[in-house]
This record gives sequence, structure tokens and C-alpha cells, in this order.
Amino acid sequence: MQNPYLPYPVRIDEIITETEDKSLKTFKFVFLNASDEDKFTYESGQFGELSIAGLGEIPIGIASSPVEKGFIKFTVFKTGKVTSYLHAMKEGDIMGVRGPLGHPFPWETLEGKNIVIIGGGFAFTTLRSSIISILDPANRSKFKDIHVIYGARSPGMLLYKEELAEWAQRDDINMNITVDGTDDPDWKYLTGFVPTITEQKAPPGNDDTYAIICGPPIMIKFTQPVLDNLGYSHDNIIMSLENRMKCGIGICGRCNIGKEFVCKDGPVFTLSQLNNMPKEY
Amino acid sequence: MKLIKIDQQNWNTGIEKAKSAYRVFGPVKEKNDYEFKVLGTNEMPDLNFRNTRLSPKSIIYPQSQVMFTYSIDETKDDCRIMKEVENVTSPMAIIGVRPCDALSFPIVRRNFDTPEYQDTYWIKAYEATTFVGLACNSACDTCFCTSAGTGPFGEEGLDVLIIKDGDDFYTKIITPKGEAFAESAGWGKKEQTDITAKIKELKTAAEASVSSTVSTDKLKNKTILDLYDAPFWEEEAFACINCGTCTYVCPTCWCFDVQDETHGKSGIRMRNWDSCMFPLFTHHASGHNPRNNKYERVRQRFMHKLKYYVDKYDSGIQCVGCGRCIRLCPVNIDIRKICDKMNSFDTESCKCEATSS
Amino acid sequence: MKEYTEKIREIAKRLLNDGTVDMVIGFRKGTLPMMNQPHIATCTDSADELMWDSNCGLNLANYVTDRKEKIGIVAKGCDSRNLVTHVIENKIKRDQLYIIGIPCSGMIDHHKITAMFDTDITSVKESGESITISGNDFSKKLIKQDVLCENCAACTHRNPVEYDELVADLVEEQTDVDPYESVTEIESMDAEEKWNYFEDLISPCIRCYACRNACPLCYCPTCFVDESTPQWVGKSQDPIDVRTFHLLRAFHCAGRCTDCGACERVCPMGIKIREFTKKLNKDCLELYGWEAGLSLDERPPLDTFKTDDPDEFIK
Repeated sequence: MQNPYLPYPVRIDEIITETEDKSLKTFKFVFLNASDEDKFTYESGQFGELSIAGLGEIPIGIASSPVEKGFIKFTVFKTGKVTSYLHAMKEGDIMGVRGPLGHPFPWETLEGKNIVIIGGGFAFTTLRSSIISILDPANRSKFKDIHVIYGARSPGMLLYKEELAEWAQRDDINMNITVDGTDDPDWKYLTGFVPTITEQKAPPGNDDTYAIICGPPIMIKFTQPVLDNLGYSHDNIIMSLENRMKCGIGICGRCNIGKEFVCKDGPVFTLSQLNNMPKEY
Repeated sequence: MKLIKIDQQNWNTGIEKAKSAYRVFGPVKEKNDYEFKVLGTNEMPDLNFRNTRLSPKSIIYPQSQVMFTYSIDETKDDCRIMKEVENVTSPMAIIGVRPCDALSFPIVRRNFDTPEYQDTYWIKAYEATTFVGLACNSACDTCFCTSAGTGPFGEEGLDVLIIKDGDDFYTKIITPKGEAFAESAGWGKKEQTDITAKIKELKTAAEASVSSTVSTDKLKNKTILDLYDAPFWEEEAFACINCGTCTYVCPTCWCFDVQDETHGKSGIRMRNWDSCMFPLFTHHASGHNPRNNKYERVRQRFMHKLKYYVDKYDSGIQCVGCGRCIRLCPVNIDIRKICDKMNSFDTESCKCEATSS
Repeated sequence: MKEYTEKIREIAKRLLNDGTVDMVIGFRKGTLPMMNQPHIATCTDSADELMWDSNCGLNLANYVTDRKEKIGIVAKGCDSRNLVTHVIENKIKRDQLYIIGIPCSGMIDHHKITAMFDTDITSVKESGESITISGNDFSKKLIKQDVLCENCAACTHRNPVEYDELVADLVEEQTDVDPYESVTEIESMDAEEKWNYFEDLISPCIRCYACRNACPLCYCPTCFVDESTPQWVGKSQDPIDVRTFHLLRAFHCAGRCTDCGACERVCPMGIKIREFTKKLNKDCLELYGWEAGLSLDERPPLDTFKTDDPDEFIK
């Protein structure tokens, strides 16, 4: 019997400060035992529990993609006790990771489909993972058109800026990068809130088109009616939820929404599913 | 299944013998009430109890349990690496488990032992334990076990069931685990069938003594959202003080919190019982709380036991009818009343229910 | 008690009907003997559920904290003192409250009575000064005075100190009682005996926090035991943490506690929690001549400074 609470030991290989306010950093971890990497076989959309001895654990979406080998990446917003401590850690420090946990985005369903990826703020981590996976030469042909709408408060608050710029150059992905506002004269992308840009740029809904949305509640609240207007069925709108978690494996009991545990039965749900669940998130 | 009859003396010597092979737990009177304790040499379970104040769940699932140890000493190779605590559980036997409490273990097992994940701590303790039940010859006023999938002579979750008749102990050996226990106690040479009628008589009388019932038959037919949005939650929750009593005394409540505690250079990662009654239970680091109001937490507890569990596992309720939460709730929130409200709730007629804040 | 019940309902309905209040907080009959339930009445129908007897020992001031409505509230002596404390501490405004005063003759101790019988008690009936306890095969008459909660037996403020209307004539206050008898006993112990006494006292604690949550004084948005940054107290059953909780909570209540007994009444493990708070009440009385919640015009001693405050403890 394997102890599901035991984290794999990892070393912090690299720390990248993502945003100008330094509230978001990406941590690249390397497994201390190479065999643990094989056990940590994941798909985009899943999360892990980052474990720091003496502080505790935090559930964080996996920002790296399964096509990236030799490491795993997590982008962490500094907010509570554990994340504040993590932000002060250094490259070379040892900590732990448990996972992969939860369900990924429904990749089998998405095969052969158009995908519209809509993200806001720092909830772009598993979306980054998804984009890397989709754009991988071995995978790109499995999907039809890919649209991305990603917004942040300002240019300095966007995650993964270099990769965004790279993707914007490609012709196999339709990037719509936007900021709420900027006084930067060199800003070459869009200005406007995510719901507005979605209205302008997202393709119309049909059976073959799926939207994946991750973002702050306010963005989701205003994007959903836009997608309704564009004709997206609620079965085709995929969301990823967050709730306070501890175990990450559906046992400790705190993250439930109705009978579903966000950690184990989610965090990915379709809007149809959410419509039949209490709004406890 | 095997039926044997044990007299008082054989009972005493048997329990004493079993202690060489098992850590034997039994009800003992402490201050004003009964608690399960490890029985020392020559210490007998005190079977004059109605039920223990707390359920025996803590024997399998302690209120505070160390899961890992770690060092934060930078000079050590294993600095900040979690190490499993030794988790080899020696055989245990719990004597005097009431049938209601016995049923709680298979109910809780669905949570701790899933196809995807196995909670090694709970499972090892559970598997190492033999449950020796004690049938209830008469029920308390707050018992509603017969409405909760068991009864005063219920056997689910038990390895042995003892039925006390005067000085005699009629003993039903239910499982191979029970067989092994009876053997180590030196019981069970002679099978006895002539007590079957007597047991049946006691059982009928015991079942008749259960005066309290609830209906759960219509819970399944209603949608989660209908019950969730029912108008009675705020009024029923008004008195609640959001303490953890109901959840901690409940044999089927399993929620826990995980905490690291460091002392000097070494520390432990442990789990502690937690309660959905506490606001912190669902409090996000951002400050947002999906169950910020008292009535939402009260609703969660009852919805979990009486609806979510029922739907998730397509089974009965997550309640064994032991009545502890009814007896010990400081403000008399009574699960029987709430269950009846939920079961009889009619979405069409809900508008005439008086609501208040 | 029937007269009290009728009067409470009459007042409640009047207040709700004429719009004086938005709600009346009182008690309704519970599902078990000796267990009444705090109840909020917002219409005449629910006002008819209000009742009174000797099982209304919870402190209703606990239910008005930070409420914004106009509230009618049923208050015996101790509840009224906690309402006063709430007003002083800005947890409610006096003019939001319409206090329905209950001259109280004490609440009965359900822990004690339950422990007197081996089988279930199915009914408890009061008549004047006697209480009849019945079960399926017994019936016993007790004198109410003999089964009062300890704090009620030694209570010297049975009448509400602040009220807008009374449900009955004031009762005579007890004068020949010593609320601090057990404190004096503990004070005479040596340090080790004291330590052992309190360790034994709290040993059954399961940290359900019923004592804290039933206490009208414990209204902190985040209790020190729940604080995580920094974390002051561990969350396990470690005796150090259990002890820290009980001692610190008691000190937080110093000079504010009215000895209403709610903490003890609600404890599922039967812990005599008042052994902590009573000592502090006694100290406040001896050092400052102070009893909590008697006047709207005076600040509690631990949040004021007077030049003649005793200072012998500073060495």
C-alpha cells in the first residue's frame, strides 16, 4: 500500500519572477529520485500539492507540460503562510511535491475540436501547460483551430511573457493578448477586458468548439454570458475550480461542492455540471 | 457463523487470555461517563454502559495522528524530506462496540479506502482490529439505529456479537477475524444452537425498545439543489454556535486538517480532526469563504450526511443513529428533526414555510 | 413558569406587530427534556413558540453580536449583564435592543440531573419549587434549589440589571451565598496540587470550542487559537496547546465574565470550565470592587487606568 500523503522530494532548480510586482514566481523543480518523475505522470489541467516541511502544503496547478521532460513547473501567487515562505526560498532548496492530483482537461473529448482558451490574471498556469502540449509537433494535428484570449491588469502582470510573444508569431495558434489598460506606447497587443475581447475574437460556438476558462470569479461571471451569446453549449464550456484543500485526494473532506470534491472529482468541471451543483466555491 | 455460550467466568478468563495476543480496548467508567480505554491486566470491560460518550472511532482514527517526521537541520542529508512514521499496527480488539458504532466503520471506509487512494493510516489500524460488539437489550430515547440501516442487534461491521442475558454471554462469531479472537480467548469449543430462540426473543424486545424513528426514503428522489435551496436552513441553524461537538462525537464524521509542528530542528506532519462547523475549514488564503455564514455550515453537515453521501455512494445515510449529536449538542439541534424536514420537503409547497434570518 | 411563557409571547407579539423590533430572540422548547433551544421569532406564529422554564441557561447575548436589526431579547440577570457588556464593547447599541427582563430563580443543572439516573429521563416538569423527573419506569420529585446549576445557586444578580419591560415582579436577590467557595479551596493548594487539579480538570477536553462559542464574550473575528500568521497555538491534542487555550481564553474574559455558566452548560465532556473564570472574577472583585455588566456607564477595570489601582503585584 502506497502512502498517498508522502511527497516526492524535489530540488528547486530555478526560480523565475514573472510579474513586475513580484507577487508571482515560477518554480522549476527537479525530482531528487529520478524514478519519482515516472510516477508523476500527468496531463495538462492537473495540480500538485507543494509541500514545505514545517509550513505545510498548498495545491497549485501544474504549469509545465507533460511534453517538457526532466522537470515540473509551478507558478505561485504569494498570498498565505506557505506561499510567502516559498517565495523566500532559494534555488537549490529541498522541498516536496505530491501528485499529480485531480482530473486534467478532457483531452480525449477535445481531440479533433476547436479550442478557445480564455485566461485571466494568474490563472493561466494550467492553460500554459495546455498550450505547450497542444503546440507540440506530436500533438498539434490532433486539434483544429486554437484561439487564446489571455488578459492581465497591465503588461507587467502577464505571465510567461517570452512564450506569449513567441506564440503570437506563430500561425498555428490565434493569440489575443490583452491588458485592462496601459500607458506603454510600445504595447503591441490588445487593450480591454477579457469578456469584451472574447466577444470580439472568439469563434462562434458549435458542437466542435470548446472553451476552457480559468480566471478570477469576476472575469468568469462576465465571460459566461458572452459565450452564451456566441452559442456555446454549457457542455462545451470547461472550467477549473479552486477551493481550500488539504489532502488533495478526496479524503480530508473540506473542498466539496455538493457531492463532488474539487480535488479529486475536479478541479475541472463543465459548466453543465456546475449548473447542478451548489455555488460553494 | 458460529454460536456459543460463555458464562461470566469464561468471559473473564477469555478477555484476560486475549490480552496476550491483542491490545484489548473496552468501555471503562471515567469521571461521569464511559470511554473506550486500553484494558490493563485484570481490568475488565465494564459492560454496564448504555453507550460511551465518544464513539470508538478514535481508536482507528486518533484525534491527533502523526503522519511524517522531518528535520530542518541543514547539515543533515535528509533535511526537509518527509519520512513516514513507522506504521505497523499490532492486533487490537475492541470489546463492547455497540452495533450502531460498528456500522460506522464500513460507512467511513468508503472515504478512507477508495479505488484510487488508500489512506494507509486508517486502513492499517482498521485491518488490525477485531470488533467485538455488544448488542443493546434496550435502546436510549435518542437512538434511531433501526432507521439508519442497523439495529440493536445489528451485525454489520462486527467480527463478533455478544448478547448479554443475565450472567450469560451469547456469542455470535461472524467473521474469520472473530473466529481468531474467540480462539485466542479460549472460547468456542462447543457450538450451541439451543439459544437461537432466546436470542430472537431478546432481539425482538430490543428492537421494540427503539422509540425514535426517522424517515429517509425520499432523500434520494430529490435533487441536491432542491434540498440545498430549501427555506428551512436559516431558521434551523439559528441556535447553532458552530462548535465542533456534533462532528467530534459523531462516529461517521471523518474530516481532518493537516498541520506541521516544528520543535527546534525536528518536526512532525500530523493530522487533527477538523469540523465543517468551523469557519476556517473552508476559508481560502485570499480571504474568500464559500461557506461564510453559519447556516451554510450547518447545511453542509446535514447535506453531507443525508444527501451528498447517499448520492455519491448510492447507499444509505452517513449516520448510524447513535444519537450522540442529539444528546450532546449544546443548543439542541436534532438530526432527527432536520432529517424529517429534508425527507418530507416538497419543492412545490416550500413557499408556505416561514423563514427568518 | 407558564405565566412567564405567556407574558413573553404577549410582549413579543406586541413588539413585532407594532414594529418596535424586527425580531425577538428567546427560547423555544427543545426535543429533549432540559434542552431548550435559542429561537428567533420574526412573526406572531413563531412568537408562539417562545417559552420559558428552568432550562433556558444559554446566554442569549451571544446571539445579538454585531447584528444590525432592532432586536427584542429575553434576558435573565446574567444575559442582561452580558448585553450591558456588549453595549460597552460596541457589539450592539442599546437603542437597538428592547430587553424583555426575566426575574430569574435559577436554571437547573441538566448534567447533574442526568447523572442521577441510570436510564433515560423522558420528562421534567416544574411546579413552583419542585421538579418532577420521570422516565419509563420511575418518577422522582426533586427540590429545584437542590439541582440548580452551580453558578445559579450562588448567583447574586438574578434580576436583570437593564431592561425595557419585565415579565414579572422582581425576585429577591440571594445574599447569604459565596460564589467563590471553590476558588478559595483551590487558592489554598500548593503549586503542584493546583497544577494537577487543573490538568485533571481539562484532561477530557476535545477542543470542540463549545465553551468559547457559547460565550458572549468570545466574539473575536479570529480567535487566537485559529490564527495562522503567526500561529500562536498548536491544533493537536497536545496538553500544552489544550492548556494554553483554556488559560488564555479565561484571561481574555477577565473583568468581563458574568459567570452565566454557558461554557460549562455546553461542554460535551462535562468540564468545569468556570473554575478558571471564577478565580479571575474573584480577583476583579477583590482588586477593583468590580463585577461585570452592572452598569452602562462604567468601563471594565482592565481597559481603564486609575491612579489608585492596586499595584502590589508589581515588585
